[in-house]
Amino acid sequence: MTTSPRVAVLAGGLTHERDVSLRSGRRVAEALRTSGLEVSVHDIDADLIPALVALRPDVVWPIVHGPTGEDGAVSHVVELLGLRLVGSGPHEARVAWNKPVAKAVLERAGVHTPAYATLPHTLFRELGATSVLDAIVARLGLPLVVKPSRGGSALGVSWVTTADELPRAMVECFAYGDIALVERAVTGTEVAVSVVDLGDGPLALPAVEIVTDGPYDYDARYNAGRTEYFAPARLTPDEAAAVAGVALRVHHELGLSRLSRSDLILRPDGVVEFIEVNVAPGMTETSLLPQAAEAAGYELPALYRALVEASL
Amino acid sequence: MSEQIVPHGPAAGTPSSGAAAGTRLDRWLGSYAQRTHGMRASEIRALFAVANRPEVVSLAGGMPFLDGLPLDTLSELAARVVTERGLQALQYGSGQGDERLREQILEVMRLQAIDAHPDDVVVTTGSQQALDLVTRVFVDPGDVVVAEAPSYVGALGVFRAYEAEVVHVPLDEHGLVPEALDETLTALAAAGRRVKLIYTIPNFHNPAGVSLSLERRPRVLEIAARHGVLVVEDDPYGLLGFEGEPRPAMRSLDDEGVLYLGSFSKTFAPGYRVGWVVAPHAVREKLVLASESAILCPSSASQIAISTYLATCDWRGQVKSYREMYRERRDATLDALAEHLPDSTWTVPDGGFYTWVRLPDGLDAKDMLPRAVTARVAYVPGTAFYFDGSGADHLRLSFCYPTPERIREGVRRLGAVVAAERELVELFGAGSGPHADRVESPGPDLV
Ligand SMILES: Nc1ncnc2c1ncn2[C@@H]1O[C@H](COP(=O)(O)OP(=O)(O)O)[C@@H](O)[C@H]1O
Ligand SMILES: Cc1ncc(COP(=O)(O)O)c(C=O)c1O
Ligand SMILES: [Mg+2]
Repeated sequence: MTTSPRVAVLAGGLTHERDVSLRSGRRVAEALRTSGLEVSVHDIDADLIPALVALRPDVVWPIVHGPTGEDGAVSHVVELLGLRLVGSGPHEARVAWNKPVAKAVLERAGVHTPAYATLPHTLFRELGATSVLDAIVARLGLPLVVKPSRGGSALGVSWVTTADELPRAMVECFAYGDIALVERAVTGTEVAVSVVDLGDGPLALPAVEIVTDGPYDYDARYNAGRTEYFAPARLTPDEAAAVAGVALRVHHELGLSRLSRSDLILRPDGVVEFIEVNVAPGMTETSLLPQAAEAAGYELPALYRALVEASL
Repeated sequence: MSEQIVPHGPAAGTPSSGAAAGTRLDRWLGSYAQRTHGMRASEIRALFAVANRPEVVSLAGGMPFLDGLPLDTLSELAARVVTERGLQALQYGSGQGDERLREQILEVMRLQAIDAHPDDVVVTTGSQQALDLVTRVFVDPGDVVVAEAPSYVGALGVFRAYEAEVVHVPLDEHGLVPEALDETLTALAAAGRRVKLIYTIPNFHNPAGVSLSLERRPRVLEIAARHGVLVVEDDPYGLLGFEGEPRPAMRSLDDEGVLYLGSFSKTFAPGYRVGWVVAPHAVREKLVLASESAILCPSSASQIAISTYLATCDWRGQVKSYREMYRERRDATLDALAEHLPDSTWTVPDGGFYTWVRLPDGLDAKDMLPRAVTARVAYVPGTAFYFDGSGADHLRLSFCYPTPERIREGVRRLGAVVAAERELVELFGAGSGPHADRVESPGPDLV
C-alpha cells in the first residue's frame, strides 16, 4: 500500500489579487482533502522556504495570482528546492503571464489576437502623451481596451469608447504597473477554455460562455449572480471545436503544463481571438475552470487529485 | 497511481446546447430584497487584503492599538466574571442592558457633562448597533438623513441598508457648518423631502479629524430644533482628546432633541462589542423593542466584564494612556506629512484616530490605491465616506495602529506614491472623475 501524496498549496502573496488567490487556494485545498490527500496551505512569505524544506511535500501547487505567482518566480524557487510542481514551469509561466509577449509569440504561430500596442509609461514622457495617444487611436481605432501588461481579475482594465476617456484609462492602468497594453476591442462571444493534462496529453474542457450586463469586471466576476455563464457555451460543434483548438494551440505553443485557461472571443465571422492565457487560473466559487470541469462531468476533488497525481 | 479518472457525463442540469438560460451561480438570485441588489464585489476592498501583512504600513484600518492594555489584570477579571457571576454572565439578560453597567455609563458620560438617568440608556452591541436601531426606528425608504461631508462609512452603510438617501452638508476645521445645515434643511423642506435625522460626529470626526466648535454646538441644535429634525450625536472618540478636558457633548445642551451614541470600543476594547445610546423616554422604549427583535439582548458576559473593569480598574488612567499614545502617533503623522506631501493639505486633529488629506489637483485617491499598495502603504480613498461616490480627491489616514516609526515610513512611501501619480496625471492631463458608490472601506478586522 502506498501512502497518499502530500501536497503543499501556495496561496496569497503580496499581490493585488491576494484575496482571490486565498479563496482559490482554500477551495483547491478543501477539494484535495476531500479526495483523501494530505494538504497544507502556505502564504508567500519568509516562512515558506523553511516550511517546504521541513515538509518535503511530494508536490507543490502554486495558486498565486499576480506577480511572483503567475510570473513563475515562486515556481522557480520550488524547482530550485528540488520539489515537483503542479502547473507550468517558471520560464513558460513568465512568457505566458506577460500579455504582449504571449500575444507576440502566438501571433507568430498563427493565432489571431486583437491589434495592440505595448506602452511603457516612460515612453509617454519621452514622446509626449498626446501624440502617442493620437497615434494609437489613429492606428487601432475605437473602442479600445486598456490593461496592465501583466495582471488579472480585470484590475486596471478600462473599456474606452471615446478618445477623451483614454488619458484617464492610462492613469488607472499605470497605477497597477509600468507597462500598458492597449488593444482594439473585439466584439463577439466571450468564452474561457480550460485545458487540463491528466497525464495523457492536454485536453480542452467545454468552453464556458460569459454573458454580462457590461464589462466582465471585478464585480461581474466575484459578485455571484451578476454574470450569466453557459457551460458548455452555446456554440455550434464547429465553433466549439474551433475555440478548443485555439486553447490547445495556446497551451502547446507556450509550452504550458498540466492546466491553463485561455480567454477568447469568438467573432461573429467565426474567427477566434486570443485575449490572454492564465497559468494559475482562478479556482474560486465563481471561477471558470471549475465550472468547465463540472460541465464536463468531473467531480472537482477527483479532477484536482488527478492533476496532482499526474505531476508526481 | 494510474487510476482512471473519467468524467461522469454532463453534470445534472447542465443544458446540452442552445439552452435559453445559463447559470448565475446563485440559486437565490430571484429571492433577494431590493436593497440587497446594490451590494457589489469591490476591487478596492480586495486591495486591502494585503494590508495586514507586515510588509505593508496600513494607515487604512480603524483598529485601536491594544498593546497597552493590562492583559494580566484583564484575564484575572475575566476569570472572576465566570467564577463569581458565571450564571448571570452566561445567561440572557435584559434587552435594555445590565442595570449596573447603565449606571456606570452615566459616570463615563459625566466627563462630557451629560446628565441622564440609567433608564435613558440602552446598551447595544457596539455603537454600530445603536446606529442600526436608530435608523430602523426612524427611517423609511426614501427618507433623508443629513450627514457631514464626509461621514463615517459604517453609518452610510446603515443608512443605505434602510434605503435612506443621505444628503451631505460641508464641514470645515470647526466642524459642521451651521449656515450650510440651515440652507440644506430649508431646501429639502422646500422640495418636500422628509428629513428624519441629522447624523453628526462632533468630536475627532471619522474621517475628517475635526471637531465641532463649542460655539457652533448650540447653533446646530437650534437649527435642528427649528426644522424639527432629531440629532444623532455619534461620539465614540469624545474622551480621546489630546489637549485639555473633554468637550461637553451636544446632548448636555439638549436632552430631548439629541440621541447620544457612545462606545467602549475606542476607550477600552472593541472586542467586547459594547456601546450604548441615550434617548428620551419615548424613543428609548422603541429602541429597546427594536433591539430585542434584532438580538434579544446584548451580551451579558461582555457587559459584566466591562462593568467589572469599570468598577475595579483604573479606566480613567487607561484612557489617559491611550490619549498620550495617540497624540504621539498624531504628531508623527503630521510631521511626516509636512515633510513628504508638500502639495497636499490635511486637517489637524486634536484627538481621535484620523487625519483627512486633500491630494494635489487632479489626483484620484481611488485610482492611486493600487500604486500605494505596490509601494506597501495603505489608506482609505475618500470615496468611501460619501454617499454618492464623490470625494476621490481626499484620502483618510488612520494613525491609531502603527507605531510612530512605522507611520513615518508609511507616510514617506505615500509621499513617493503621490509624487509618481502626480507626474502621471500631469503627463496625461487626466482629472479624477466620479466613481460608482460601493462599499469600499476595509473590513473591521483590518489594522
Ligand atoms: N481586446 C479585447 N476586446 C474585447 N474585450 C476585451 C479585450 N481584452 C479584454 N477584454 C475584456 O476584458 C476582460 C479582462 O481582460 P483580460 O485581458 O482577460 O484581463 P484579466 O487578466 O484581468 O482577466 C476580458 O474578460 C474581456 O471581457
Ligand atoms: C464614528 C463611528 N461611529 C461608530 C463606530 C462603531 O464603533 P463600535 O460599534 O465599535 O462601537 C465607529 C468605529 O469605527 C466610528 O468611527
Ligand atoms: Mg482574463
